[in-house]
Amino acid sequence: MSEITLQIDGREVKAEEGMTILEAAQSAGISIPTLCHHEKLEPYGACRICTVEIEAHGRTNLVAACLYPVEQNLVVRTRSEKVDKTRKVLLELMLAHAPDAAALQDLAQEYGADKARFGKESSFCILCGLCVRYCAEVKKKNAIGFVDRGTRREVIFIPEITSKECWDCKECFPLCPTEALQATFLLTKALMSPSPPSAPESEE
Amino acid sequence: MKEKKVRSEARGGGKIEQIINKYQGDPSSLIQLLLEIQRENRWLPNEALKKVSKTLGVPLSQIQHVATFYKAFSLVPRGRHEVQVCLGTACHVRGGPRILDRVEEILGIQAGQTTTDMEFTLETVNCLGCCALGPVMVVDGKYHGKITPTEAEEVLKKL
Repeated sequence: MSEITLQIDGREVKAEEGMTILEAAQSAGISIPTLCHHEKLEPYGACRICTVEIEAHGRTNLVAACLYPVEQNLVVRTRSEKVDKTRKVLLELMLAHAPDAAALQDLAQEYGADKARFGKESSFCILCGLCVRYCAEVKKKNAIGFVDRGTRREVIFIPEITSKECWDCKECFPLCPTEALQATFLLTKALMSPSPPSAPESEE
Repeated sequence: MKEKKVRSEARGGGKIEQIINKYQGDPSSLIQLLLEIQRENRWLPNEALKKVSKTLGVPLSQIQHVATFYKAFSLVPRGRHEVQVCLGTACHVRGGPRILDRVEEILGIQAGQTTTDMEFTLETVNCLGCCALGPVMVVDGKYHGKITPTEAEEVLKKL
């Protein structure tokens, strides 16, 4: 393992080859906001809130810190005018979907994002995929998945698997950066649909 | 007539099984397999998807993901005849909406719906790539270019 030196926010940071900018920053105690990142899961790069500005080979570029591998002599800026503006717009877009999410509101305050900038389209979901990926990668149950595409993309529980697996697990709920209640709602809906063979009548 | 329908459905069921068995245990052939079922059966019943999941070892959530992503797949029953009316820019200015109005009137359904007798499924599309022929209506893969509402009616009545 060769060691790599890069610069993050003006500080020299040592990292190992194959690490991402996010990992290198975290090991140096520099914080980069994340929403779709989870230690146990593969990097996904869905929320883009970890966007940072990098400078390499004489050019600057915006990249997702959770995906971008460190390079020798890379210059990273975790806060710059461009980065802040990008994060602000991203937050405003996500707030249109989940205006009351605590995680988003904290970030919105920091970046001055206006939650009413874009028309409300409350789906409560920002499609970070944490629940979907956790179920597939950690629990290996695949009870929850994405369906459809584009603006109609959403997360659903598969009734056939949900009725067997989810009642005793529910580990995906606390992962949700927006509304865990939404997951409950979707779960209930999945169990209420006519097809599952052995759905419990009622829990409580 | 009814008897024929029932029999053909039963035959379709067996065919789905045959198709699934052909691809025993190869997860990478998922889309090919779904396409073949779609072609044979005109839609993908949930029961078939469950069977596919078991045979290929692909989680049902992933199959749903794929089946809802591509427009080639349908998770609801579709009619025997597929009618598509183009409403792309060129067809729109050349009278596509008028064709659609007439077709909706004849079939008694809105775009995106299927008639209750399962004969017709009506859809709108955004461009078929033959704008010079606009307005275009496609019935079961056959293109009818420069069509008028009256001609559209004739085409549908002949089926």
